[in-house]
Amino acid sequence: MILTEQKPIEEILERLNGENKIFILNCGGCPEGADTGGIKVINYLKEELEKKGKKITGSVSIDFLCQKALLRSRLRTRKKEIEESDSILVLSCGLGVQTSAAVISKICHPALNTITFGGITGMWQGTERCATCGDCVLDYTGGICPYTACPKELLNLGCAGQSNGKCETDPERDCGWELIYYRLKSIGQLDKLKEFIPPRDYSKMLPSAKLRKTNLWALDEEVV
Amino acid sequence: MTAETINNDTSTKLQSNLKDAIEKKKFAITCEIGPPKGADDKEIRETGEMLRGLADAINVTDLQSSVMRLGSLATCHILKEMGLDPIFQVTCRDRNRLALQSDLLSAHVMGIRNVLALTGDYTTTGDDPQAKPVFDLDSVQLLWAIKRLEEGYDIAGKELTVKPSFFKGAVVNPGADTEASYELQLIKMQKKIDQGAQFFQTQAVFDADVFERFMERISKMNMNVPVLIGIILLKSHKMANYMNKFVPGVFVPEPIIKKMEETEDKVSMCLEIAAELINKVKPICAGAHIQALGWESHVPSLLKKLDID
Repeated sequence: MILTEQKPIEEILERLNGENKIFILNCGGCPEGADTGGIKVINYLKEELEKKGKKITGSVSIDFLCQKALLRSRLRTRKKEIEESDSILVLSCGLGVQTSAAVISKICHPALNTITFGGITGMWQGTERCATCGDCVLDYTGGICPYTACPKELLNLGCAGQSNGKCETDPERDCGWELIYYRLKSIGQLDKLKEFIPPRDYSKMLPSAKLRKTNLWALDEEVV
Repeated sequence: MTAETINNDTSTKLQSNLKDAIEKKKFAITCEIGPPKGADDKEIRETGEMLRGLADAINVTDLQSSVMRLGSLATCHILKEMGLDPIFQVTCRDRNRLALQSDLLSAHVMGIRNVLALTGDYTTTGDDPQAKPVFDLDSVQLLWAIKRLEEGYDIAGKELTVKPSFFKGAVVNPGADTEASYELQLIKMQKKIDQGAQFFQTQAVFDADVFERFMERISKMNMNVPVLIGIILLKSHKMANYMNKFVPGVFVPEPIIKKMEETEDKVSMCLEIAAELINKVKPICAGAHIQALGWESHVPSLLKKLDID
């Protein structure tokens, strides 16, 4: 199970600044187990957002946002609400935010920080897309992770090492920042690139004692 | 000047030849030195002597192309002791934020006043691809960190006993080859200015039109910051073909490659090509940054060909 923690509500509100109609997308997979998703959390966020005068256009819970085909088919019935929204607030790990941003042409804000994969990676059989950094920035970068898409993990735009859209580390590899640029351009959010992002807080990568226990229980507890 | 006054003298004017040259609107010349792969200071002293009185400042690369070699800080220190004005290049590849800030403080107590902040090439592009890449900060965050040090605080917000101060530079690539990379270079340039960059040096340029278009664009975006054009001394047509194929953002036009291929005197042709380009762009930029790549001994002849004081 992927272990997540909710971002501080102040941070969520700051990221939603200037956006008034919000659709809430909840992952019924891992966050339910980590107590960072589910109806209780959705209701709490609705209440906090409404207090600040925001309108919740709708909410839906889908088992495993990281399952792209399932996500696509389930979202078809919610098209109207999503279309009228300014942005989407996603309760999932970084993988779920990335799949959501890939299928929805709106800015997708992570409501959670992903701390550790804890052994099982939901429905996405791979860990290469989410760095479990504990400080998700996917809404700055159009749902493409700058830590996993760029080998230098650059936060304030790409380096000059790209050539014809490919990375200096590997001519077969797309430059992550090129992908971010075109994604943000397609949703009219290029202004996001002008914002200065201060250095990342690496201490957030360390799982708390509580999460470490959850993470390791299958390994260090006797079954019989 | 005693050591003590160098270390603590932040109230008076910043001692930088380069800053003075740029502020006086003199066409500034900086030359690059790549430290040797070995515990050897002889070559640096010789190159330093060669450039004395010709270059306004000497730019020292920081493990250029991710190749392990003598350090930028030590080399800058030697040049400073020789009475020259070094530019301390700092990349984010090999040091975390603690080491970067510490080296900046070290540079300041050694009297080094020019800093050039870069991201750095990736480790696998160098001569020891097994090394661990750091990239704790990026180049914009590094400039932000330097600004904080100058304000008397480190990144963590802890107060410093004495504040350093620097003339801060950054780099930009006018030859980025896709829409995204070109636009990203421009937005990133603005971010660097916002975080305190006071001058820029560019990736090597061979085509005056590319540079002119770039300068027009930044002027339209109101980025009124001194830009030094990057000049590489082209040693052969093979070098040009190699750079066109493997060095991102560097493009040598076909007529120049042909000139190098057909000439009997590579050195004279190389200097002619560089001088022609510099003289052409001189009215639209603040200076030139010359990368001689081993041909430092020809820099004096190049400078004689330029229409500068």
